Amino acid sequence: MRSFSYVRPTDVPTAVRAITGSPNAKFLAGGTNLVDLMRQGVEHPDTVVDVTGLPLTTVDEQPDGTVRIGALVRNSHLAAHPLIRTRYPMLTLAILMGASGQLRNMATVGGNLLQRTRCHYFYDRTTACNKRDPGSGCAALTGYTRNHAILGASTSCIATNPSDLCVALRALDAVVEVESAQGRRRVPMARFHRLPGNTPSVETTLAPEELITAVELPNLPMAAMSRYRKVRDRASYAFALVSVAAALETESGVITDVRLALGGVAPTPWRASKAEAVLKNALATTASFQAAAEAELAEAVPQPDNAFKVDLARRTITATLQRLATDGSPTKQ
Amino acid sequence: MRVNGASRPVELEPRVSLLDALREHLGLTGTKKGCDQGACGACTVLVDGERILSCLSLAVQHEGREITTIEGVDTPLRAAFVKHDGFQCGYCTSGQLCSALGMLAEHRAGAPSAVTEHVATRPDLTTDEIRERMSGNLCRCGAYNGIVAAIEETAL
Repeated sequence: MRSFSYVRPTDVPTAVRAITGSPNAKFLAGGTNLVDLMRQGVEHPDTVVDVTGLPLTTVDEQPDGTVRIGALVRNSHLAAHPLIRTRYPMLTLAILMGASGQLRNMATVGGNLLQRTRCHYFYDRTTACNKRDPGSGCAALTGYTRNHAILGASTSCIATNPSDLCVALRALDAVVEVESAQGRRRVPMARFHRLPGNTPSVETTLAPEELITAVELPNLPMAAMSRYRKVRDRASYAFALVSVAAALETESGVITDVRLALGGVAPTPWRASKAEAVLKNALATTASFQAAAEAELAEAVPQPDNAFKVDLARRTITATLQRLATDGSPTKQ
Repeated sequence: MRVNGASRPVELEPRVSLLDALREHLGLTGTKKGCDQGACGACTVLVDGERILSCLSLAVQHEGREITTIEGVDTPLRAAFVKHDGFQCGYCTSGQLCSALGMLAEHRAGAPSAVTEHVATRPDLTTDEIRERMSGNLCRCGAYNGIVAAIEETAL
């Protein structure tokens, strides 16, 4: 690992000042992704601003029912928090289905939003990668593509976003609060991550000098009956091939509201808006769920090794919605 | 650094991992380096009672926090691992033991897991729960059945 200078501020303004004007500085929180990437030589900051001493570690219910999560709340603490377990079970499940107990004790909410892809070629510095070295090409396009995207990719990059937590945040319409020397602003999850296009190295709409300070969950009663279902190559401690976060509200068998997002299939946590449009005001039947999944996957572009994901995504969407329709309780998959 | 209840003054570059600080600078070689990339769990230690991976932590981030390594734990789990053949080569064992101690504390605090039937409720520590909660510790010798049996016996 290359050497770097290290600072550990204890308040947000000092942290923001420490990174402002230093284009090669990086914020460090749990370290589960950044320390690994620094050791691999994929990331090489000259200054590391350790933000784990900042007072952003609480989960608070606001008077209007929204829930504000400090950016440095650890994944395990968030998953086990009574407010999250009862009001947003899809978020608890998404977190608990990611990584391991040790990693969840380290990883933070803010860090998870900035988690980088697990594309093998991004990690392997002997190969071409437009995300790691802009303009160098994409080795994945002619490589092994089992874990790659089928939606939203480009000819520059077909890597997937590896987060489970973000899939739930996307389904829940969470809002990310960020702070810089210019002040504070709020970024909806819908606009936080960006598709690769011709610039896959730019993964979010954050400015380089902005610090994530909190994530806010809207007051969403329907989320109390929500689920997260994850399909992967082994039963635990693996990234998603396909995952689905879903909440469903019905009245007399008709769908009155629905939230649906996918993981493992796209460069961003993927909101299934086309499927949601098909489901609104439709009957809560298997036929509707299948039609919705079909609509979402109609424009899927699979790679040679991941054509199975199209059908797997269709079936996982359908099964998750069926389960919610028959038994809305927040239980395991 | 505070390690196993004692103050251990040490001067380190910021890039030194907690794992390398323990092994190379403090001589505490009970904590093992497996993958050095957060995929195997061999380097698990407890920080303020919570299990973490020392390979993905910078030592400097843990200034003043209470670190517990395998050298500092005295637990009936150790005898249970011997009794139930919870290891073969032993390389993953210190990580398994530290992880199990952290896991049992998480369960006592009421934390759910990915296999908990209703995540809003307090789960019992079934075999499935133990297996899921210990999935971050790989054992190349495949001693998983013995590991789970040792934890079950100790937890009861």
